[in-house]
Amino acid sequence: MKALSNFWRAMLAIVWKDLATEWRSRELISAMLVFALLVIFIFNFALELTPQTRNDVTSGVLWVTLTFAGTLGLNRSMAVEKDRGCLDGLLLAPVDRTAIYFGKTLANFIFMLLVAAIILPFYSVLYNTNLFVGGLLLVIVLGAWGYVSIGTLLASMAVQARTRDILLPILLFPVTVPLVVAAVKASSGYLKLLDQVEITPWLSLLIVFDLIFTAIAFLVFDSVVEE
Amino acid sequence: MIEVRRLLKRFGPKTVLRNLDFQAAQGEFVALLGPNGAGKTTFLRILSSLSRATLGEVKIAGHLLPHQSAEVRQRLGVVSHLPLLYGDLTAEENLRFYGRLYSIPALDQRISSVLEQVGLLNRRKDLVRTFSRGMQQRLAIGRAVLHDPEVLLLDEPHTGLDQDACEMLDGALRQVAARGRTVVMTSHDLSRAQDLASRFDVLSRGRIQASVAVSALPQDGVLAFYRQTLEASLQNGGRE
Repeated sequence: MKALSNFWRAMLAIVWKDLATEWRSRELISAMLVFALLVIFIFNFALELTPQTRNDVTSGVLWVTLTFAGTLGLNRSMAVEKDRGCLDGLLLAPVDRTAIYFGKTLANFIFMLLVAAIILPFYSVLYNTNLFVGGLLLVIVLGAWGYVSIGTLLASMAVQARTRDILLPILLFPVTVPLVVAAVKASSGYLKLLDQVEITPWLSLLIVFDLIFTAIAFLVFDSVVEE
Repeated sequence: MIEVRRLLKRFGPKTVLRNLDFQAAQGEFVALLGPNGAGKTTFLRILSSLSRATLGEVKIAGHLLPHQSAEVRQRLGVVSHLPLLYGDLTAEENLRFYGRLYSIPALDQRISSVLEQVGLLNRRKDLVRTFSRGMQQRLAIGRAVLHDPEVLLLDEPHTGLDQDACEMLDGALRQVAARGRTVVMTSHDLSRAQDLASRFDVLSRGRIQASVAVSALPQDGVLAFYRQTLEASLQNGGRE
């Protein structure tokens, strides 16, 4: 029971620390946000969408934007820990190291949802499409968790390398292809107002990937961060 | 307090530590000397459970690494040449964060006491990124002793500090040593190590080549002892 309480305390302390440092510096969110808004803006001009084709590409553009911006955030989130030796500070604490992983993942998840919350209204206005659909919001939550759960693990691996900025996308994008495909298909289904029965397999796939990615990270994080 | 037997550490084909034996009793202040690349940092990282030994036995306060690493980490404080502090948090917030990770009871009182000890009580509300290097290093000492560890490991803590900051840091280290804590410090500064430590160990070619009580050396004999030990280790290494 004490171990569980220590686990929660450590995890919440890391989330609080990440939110507090981000509130002061605004480095991570601003980088993610500027990047996401630029991508949406560029796609808007590049695709020259008609009202008929708009719904077909919306989910794709949305997830490309979210995953690219998410990668920037994941890289920065671990780089901050590494550059001042703070990752060692965390690893020296007498807590279960998975508490460190879940603390970092939860903070990254919050940042990704914040970015999504800001780009959704921007996208809706720019593309004249209503994205405030209950099902789509659920897909964003599930997709974002899956992405940051494996992304935080791979970022903690990539941060040890000098080429960490290049390494993370190379490691992360191939692994998350099934997750992104499921998220795009499920999002598209909700935007096109398809029957729930057609969307459910993609939602189930998203949940399965969330569970698998979280379980893998839970099992291997300790080995990944140890020299 | 610290017992290391036949420690071997390899990075790929390169052997950094070879059959290293080391002991430090409670209350000892050991200065670990050695040339660059001798393996001092690697040795401290293994003691602090940040790196895993390839072979050998490491026991701290009766707990074996890596199997009982949580118990060992509870008893360890570590200071490196990096401060391990968050620049966008205040001094107090940094200590509060680490205090939560270590589940320290009566944390507010402990933070005030530690900040007073390292002379930063009046800067408790300031962001760490506004601190000088010396102030950051003093706060790093505060972070390392916050949970009152039995063993303090210091990896070249004086690196990049000016004379005043070094003296303040030495004062903080003397306070820790005076409370009977075991300290292992790597350093290239022989005179400073002589002022602080009770024992010199010289690490070269992956082994402890010599170990001597500071009191057994003449005041001006430290450099000669260090050079002779390194020369002897090079000659022995050549014969090997």
